[in-house]
Amino acid sequence: MGEFDQLYREVILDHYKNPRGHGAIPDADAHAEGQNPLCGDEVSIYVSFGDDGDTIDEVKFEGRGCAISQAATSMLIEMVQGRSATDIAALPKEELLEEIGIPLTPVRLKCAILGLGVLKVALHRAKGTPLPEGWSTLAVELEFLADD
Amino acid sequence: MEPVTVTAAQTKLDAQRIRADFAYLEELRNGKPVAFLDSAASAQKPRQVLDALRDFYEHSYANVHRGVYQRAERATAGYEGAREKTRAFVNASSTREIVFTRSATEGINLVAYAWGLDNLGPGDLVVVTELEHHSNYVPWQYIAKRTGARFRMIPIDDLGELQLDALDDIAREGNVKVVANNLISNTLGTVNPVERLTEWAHEQGAIMVVDAAQAAPHRAIDVQALGCDFLAVSAHKMCGPSGVGALWGRADLFDAMAPFNLGGHMIRSVRYEDTTWGQLPYKFEAGTQPIAEAYAFGAAIDYLSAIGLDAIEQHEHELVEYAMERLAEIDGVSVYGPPADRRAGIVSFNLESVHPHDVSQVLDWENVAIRGGHHCTQPLMKRLGVAATCRASFYVYSIPDEVDRLVAGLVKAKQAFA
Repeated sequence: MGEFDQLYREVILDHYKNPRGHGAIPDADAHAEGQNPLCGDEVSIYVSFGDDGDTIDEVKFEGRGCAISQAATSMLIEMVQGRSATDIAALPKEELLEEIGIPLTPVRLKCAILGLGVLKVALHRAKGTPLPEGWSTLAVELEFLADD
Repeated sequence: MEPVTVTAAQTKLDAQRIRADFAYLEELRNGKPVAFLDSAASAQKPRQVLDALRDFYEHSYANVHRGVYQRAERATAGYEGAREKTRAFVNASSTREIVFTRSATEGINLVAYAWGLDNLGPGDLVVVTELEHHSNYVPWQYIAKRTGARFRMIPIDDLGELQLDALDDIAREGNVKVVANNLISNTLGTVNPVERLTEWAHEQGAIMVVDAAQAAPHRAIDVQALGCDFLAVSAHKMCGPSGVGALWGRADLFDAMAPFNLGGHMIRSVRYEDTTWGQLPYKFEAGTQPIAEAYAFGAAIDYLSAIGLDAIEQHEHELVEYAMERLAEIDGVSVYGPPADRRAGIVSFNLESVHPHDVSQVLDWENVAIRGGHHCTQPLMKRLGVAATCRASFYVYSIPDEVDRLVAGLVKAKQAFA
């Protein structure tokens, strides 16, 4: 199963089965949830900032969906822990994709960057960080769903 | 249930012979042909239909109902010939009742807008079901909101069948004006009691709108026997081209309705002060229609009719029964919907702790094509308590070997994610 190992490499399956930072933060400083309307993947992200109001002190997520969407969000959580919100708002998706390290078709790419989009929206809402143009479509979908 | 009786005259469908009509089924990927189990989304096209499309474009194409030159007349004859084939296919009493549309979705929107906006208001109820495809759900929800009517769903039971005992309670809530239901659920394959619902709708003074997009490819449709008021189909699910469909409606209702799309050909006369509408069915066919596609839709109807709709239904029934048997052999597979004898050739299922997208992906590597997702039935997904399901669906070219490949692929997926 060469193709299987290429897409679902061990680290992906590990994050899928044992997601890092799984759960909610009751009094989170920033929160957003989103859904990939194509396949129904769901992700909610909670962030608490440190005393400087910018450092991501604690970050957690909840969700359900395919292995790629959930593992990618879990990997994202590890990546952003302790970094500044300003940095993460500007984080290019390529940095996450490099970490994920698997070839993705356009459909699966949406699964992989769902968590990052949700996190950017959460930071945007809490701190007014800009949402780069590339995220606008996703953000519109997320905002729409959050209004439900 | 009475046992299914098969008439002696019925010819059994020969799927192996039919497969030779479909180029896609002969393509190999890594040495394997495709097991195409996603016909409920859209069917593949046989050479006969593709030849008809090309032949029409090459030898008969011009705009219809306009030119007096010979080729324009031939185009009109081809287009109107397809209308007659569509009429016969759904057993309508007149071609005046057959409107060509872009799709079943457009047909339903036509009724929702052109009938709904003028006939619905506060105190009225628009009733759909928990099983509807978004195309027979969202237009009604939207037009209900626009007109101030209320929107209600007939619930389903745990087997995915409509709970008709909820009808009395719904009727007490207001004036039921529209009942909209699919004849066959695109997600669960449930065959819905449309005749019974039509009776109820008419007792309430409501119109009955049937989404037959998923039924028309698979079984004989008889609008007069169903007794409904509107019925919509899409050619692409019936081995025909995409971009064309048909809406059947009662002539008296069509006559009383305002037009939907406005423009060329749907008019009687246009003056600065006012415009009057053309005759049925042209009143609802504004602009240049998908002419060649409608013609090829006619060829698809010929193709299906030559195989025989009863034989198609029987073939799919055998496949879905076999598929449900084989799926039950895998621990951790949950199948949704009614037993095989009360469903069409569609089976939705989930593999425990593996998301349908991941299942579909693993199956794709085995060149088994299924659908993973919500199948445009989010209210149904909510009722089932899942975000998505895997769906395998069968058609004239499907064979038991493809079910075996599906099952083998699921076993692999299960092992891989264990």
